[in-house]
Amino acid sequence: MDERVTLYARNLVKVFHTRRGEVRAVDGLSLEVHRGETVGLIGPDGAGKTTTVRLILGLLRRTAGESGVLGYDSMRDPFAIRAATGYIAQRFALPPDLTVQENMRFFANVYGVPRHEQRDRIDRLLAFAGLLDFRSRLAGHLSGGMKKKLALACSLVHNPRVLILDEPTLGVDPVSRREFWNLLNDLRAVEGVSILVCTPYMDEAERCQRVALIAEGRLIACDSPAAIRRQVAGELLECRPSDVRRAKALVAELPGVLEVQTYGPSLHIFVDRADERRAAIVAALEAAGIRCRGMRRIIPQMEEAFISLLRRRQEREHA
Amino acid sequence: MIDLQRLRAVLRKELTQLLRDRITLLLIFMMPLLELFFFAYAVNLSVDHIPTAVCDLSLDVRSRDFIDALVASGYFDIAEYAAGEADVIAALDEGRVRAGIVIPPDFAAQVARGQGEVLIILDGSDTYSVQAAYSAATAIAQHHALDLMVEKLRRQGQTFELMPVESSVRVLYNPTLDGLIFIVPALIAMLLQILTVNLTAQSIVREWELGTIEQLLATPIRPLELILGKLLPNLIIAAVALVLIALIGFVGMGVPFRGSVLLFLFLSLLFAISGLGLGLLVSTVAHTQNEAESITSMLMLLSMLLTGFIYPREPMPAIVRLVGDLIPLTYFVRIVRGVVTRGVGLTLVWQDVAALAIYAALAMYLAARFFHLRLD
Ligand SMILES: Nc1ncnc2c1ncn2[C@@H]1O[C@H](COP(=O)(O)OP(=O)(O)O)[C@@H](O)[C@H]1O
Ligand SMILES: [Mg+2]
Repeated sequence: MDERVTLYARNLVKVFHTRRGEVRAVDGLSLEVHRGETVGLIGPDGAGKTTTVRLILGLLRRTAGESGVLGYDSMRDPFAIRAATGYIAQRFALPPDLTVQENMRFFANVYGVPRHEQRDRIDRLLAFAGLLDFRSRLAGHLSGGMKKKLALACSLVHNPRVLILDEPTLGVDPVSRREFWNLLNDLRAVEGVSILVCTPYMDEAERCQRVALIAEGRLIACDSPAAIRRQVAGELLECRPSDVRRAKALVAELPGVLEVQTYGPSLHIFVDRADERRAAIVAALEAAGIRCRGMRRIIPQMEEAFISLLRRRQEREHA
Repeated sequence: MIDLQRLRAVLRKELTQLLRDRITLLLIFMMPLLELFFFAYAVNLSVDHIPTAVCDLSLDVRSRDFIDALVASGYFDIAEYAAGEADVIAALDEGRVRAGIVIPPDFAAQVARGQGEVLIILDGSDTYSVQAAYSAATAIAQHHALDLMVEKLRRQGQTFELMPVESSVRVLYNPTLDGLIFIVPALIAMLLQILTVNLTAQSIVREWELGTIEQLLATPIRPLELILGKLLPNLIIAAVALVLIALIGFVGMGVPFRGSVLLFLFLSLLFAISGLGLGLLVSTVAHTQNEAESITSMLMLLSMLLTGFIYPREPMPAIVRLVGDLIPLTYFVRIVRGVVTRGVGLTLVWQDVAALAIYAALAMYLAARFFHLRLD
């Protein structure tokens, strides 16, 4: 196997048997993370992100396929994987009635960090996470952002070479989110840690070296953020029509229009050449009695790219 | 297999959390004490007015006196008058009464000679009534300078034995203490079971509810280390609580302790372990504290009804008895009544001790087996 691959999944399948029938939460997913790389697992709620990382850690039994970390198989050597991996679960909850320091000590011991190394390492990590002053505070009394940083510090206490983070910034304010991502970037760049991070936030995808877009348990695309954005055909126009639903149906039929997406009150229109088509679209809408404000050209972001790729995939399947 | 550093880490975490939650800790120790008081006296008060069949073959002033004394004691209600001993036994058999008293034809003459005899027939399957009726009748008979002949109806498979006579003589003039003798040792056992099962089930289910369990499972902690780390602190708490309630029961309430204290403590430990195992099993099916509470409440109810703690097990249908056999208290109630109340040694209760040991081992094995190693 490729030396640089620290984490992989190959045709991974997980079927849950529930009372209401089978749920294919992960459906033939393949994925690789290389050393010193941050890969974002991006997808809407229910896409199968959490299930994927649980399979990789051996917390769930896979239905088919393969996965492993650092050469260990998820099913055969789960404890070897867990010893070498740092993990923040989506519902990460540290024991709230232990202090910051006690939590760090607990995880240091659980991960087998030698006692004489614990003090220095804990101090270093608390400084890294900006928690030195909160050492003796109960974890349950920390703010949301600080909890996540403590979680990160705890998951790094054994110097893992692989880090798996499941929506680590869920419910965290934008400033703390930025700080958190700066910490992750330091880890990757300075320490060479491989990071797999799940998130539903498209803007966080931009901070990854590569992103894997998934929906309904399947991989839609896996590439660098820039390359994914480039996969979207055409140019993008945005406007706010007075009747979004009617406007969408109408615009979709116009010549040169490739795809139309709605974002709340806004319409995102992919066209072959923006400057040529803009006037025709405005005219067509007004002829139908729909007022159209703020028509402008914008750069496609990850979110538009994701929706566009998802749609193309569905069309291909139905064809 | 077990890594000491990890085990110690879990132990320290559990102990820190336990000690930090002062209110819960206080409740853990106070609840059994309160329950001991309330339960002991509540149950104790409810045993009197035993329906009784009387066969008075004498039918004179002396025998009337004696019967009046029985009724006046409050322990006996005359449910019916029977023509002969056979009718009394039939009434007992059919469950219409729970005690029968036969007064011989020459009763007055016997009393005059100072050697009167009355036959009291008790339903041996109804252990609690038997004890209360026995001591009440004895006390009343003493007033009448009578000898009491006691005969038990032995039902099939009935193994109940009355307390040795010398011991019951001591409580003759305090018949109510008999209720405590009967109820307190078993109550202590019951409280110990509630404590161990609840502590264990809650401490694991709480991790599920808080979401900390996934984080723990994603570390190199082995399931066995996690289980041991959670059980040992609970065992310590159970031991402290046991000593506390036992002191209150046997010293504070004056319930006699006739057997070996060491044997009692040792067997209690075994019983506590089986309770911890049962708690673990509960935690493998319940994933919220509410679910765990429902299950443990159900268990408590079944324990009160089916283990012989209050109601004798012998008359129960086999299938119901079988349900009782699934509860460790069933074995320990018999052990504790033997060791504490009758003062017998290991040789007489070894079957129940063996059953309890097997139970503890099996519960632990099953719990470790079904403990959620994975999240699906
Ligand atoms: N333990 C489970 N039992 C049954 N279905 C599950 C279980 N866990 C997840 N699922 C289902 O699998 C799908 C993917 O869930 P999940 O991996 O949590 O998605 P994400 O993390 O991307 O939001 C969802 O439809 C979810 O309902
Ligand atoms: Mg998720």
